Amino acid sequence: MHEMSIASALVDQVCDQATRLGAVRVAEINLRMGVLCGIARALHFCWPSASQDTLCEGARLNIDEVPLTVMCTHCDAVKTPAALYNFRCPDCGRPTPKVLTGREMQLVSIGLVPPNEDVARARPGTMPEPEHVEPVPGNQK
Amino acid sequence: MCGVCGCSHQGEHHHHHDHDHHHDHHHDHHHEGPAGHAPHDLVRIEKDILAKNDAYARENRDRLEDAGVFALNLVSSPGSGKTTLLVKTIEMLKSTLSVAVIEGDQETSLDAERIRATSVPTVQINTGRGCHLDAHMVGHALDSLPLRRNSILFIENVGNLVCPAGFDLGEARKIVILSVTEGDDKPLKYPDAFAAASMMVLSKIDLLPHLDFDVAACIEHARSINPDIDVLQVSARSGAGMAGWIDWLINAPERAGGAEGAVHVHA
Repeated sequence: MHEMSIASALVDQVCDQATRLGAVRVAEINLRMGVLCGIARALHFCWPSASQDTLCEGARLNIDEVPLTVMCTHCDAVKTPAALYNFRCPDCGRPTPKVLTGREMQLVSIGLVPPNEDVARARPGTMPEPEHVEPVPGNQK
Repeated sequence: MCGVCGCSHQGEHHHHHDHDHHHDHHHDHHHEGPAGHAPHDLVRIEKDILAKNDAYARENRDRLEDAGVFALNLVSSPGSGKTTLLVKTIEMLKSTLSVAVIEGDQETSLDAERIRATSVPTVQINTGRGCHLDAHMVGHALDSLPLRRNSILFIENVGNLVCPAGFDLGEARKIVILSVTEGDDKPLKYPDAFAAASMMVLSKIDLLPHLDFDVAACIEHARSINPDIDVLQVSARSGAGMAGWIDWLINAPERAGGAEGAVHVHA
C-alpha cells in the first residue's frame, strides 16, 4: 500500500513544480530508485490512479534503478554485496551496515509541456528555471 | 529516447549510472514530438520523493529534542503484542519517567483506550486506508500532547511490517517488535523493517516452550540484515526480560547523549 503514498507524494511534488513553472501538462517524470526500495513495479501499477485528474495524468514514469553498493571499512573499499539485504562484505565477510547506494528514492527531472507550444518550439528551453532545490545526497536514508 | 514522444535525444537525455556526484546544471532540453505529442522541456529537480515527509520529520525531531522528549517508533506486524507490551511497560515505567503515547491504527480507538486506562496522555491517529503513520500526522498529534522534559514518547505505528519502515516520523529510535508466534525467518522476509530499526524486541517469549521458534536463528537473520541491531527478549505476560527493557528505556535517552545529542536513526 505505501506505493500509493509514495505515488501521491510524487504527484504533489511534480504538480507543485509544474504549476509554478506554468506548464499545462507533465509529459514525463524521471526517477532514480535504489533496488532496496523495491516498489518500481507497484509504482507503475498505481500511477494511473494516483495521477488521475492532475497535471501528471498520462505522464510517463521512467525509473532508473540504482544498484546496491556498501562501504566495507575493513577493506576500505566500495563493495557490491552478494545479495540484497546481505550487508556483509563479499570479500572479507565483515558487516557493512553503511549502504552507499540502493536506498535512493529521488525525483530527478520532469518533462513539462509549456502553455504555448508554438513559442516553446521556436525557442527551445523556454521554461523558467525551477525553484532552487538543494541536491540531496543519495544515501542519506 | 523519450518514452512519451519517441524522439531520440542521445547525449542529452541522460540516464545516470554514476550516482556519487550531482549535476547542478539545468539542461532544459526540448523534446520535439511527432504529431499528436506535445513537445516538452526537461526540468531538473533532484529532490527526494518523500522530501515533504522528511521535512515534517525534521520538524518533529527538532521539536522533540528541544522539549527533551525521547521518541520511539514501534513497528511490528499486527498481533505481535505491541499494545500489551506497551501497557505493561507504562505501568512499570511511569513512576520513574513521564510517558506519552501516540497510537496508530487504521480504525477504532480501542488501543488508545487500553493505553488511557494507564492514565498517561494518549492520542489516537486513525489512518483510514493508510497503512502507516507519516510525519505530518505525528506533528499534529504532538500538538495535543504535553511534551515534558526527560520523558518518553511511544509512537505505536500501524501493525504492518512493510510500509512504516520507509517513513521517518522524527523519532530518535525505531524499534521492531517480533513475537515468537511468528516465524523466526521474518527478518529475512521483511528486511526493511529490520534494516531501519536499531533494536529488535522479541515478544511473547513465555510461549517459546510450545513453539519451534529458533531464537538464535532469528537473531542471526536479523543481524545479517542489520549487524548493529540490539536484541531484547521479553514477555509482558510473565514479566520475563521486562526489567532489562525498562532499564534500557530509562537509560537510552542518556546513552543517546541526552535530548540535545540524540542519535538520529533514519529509515
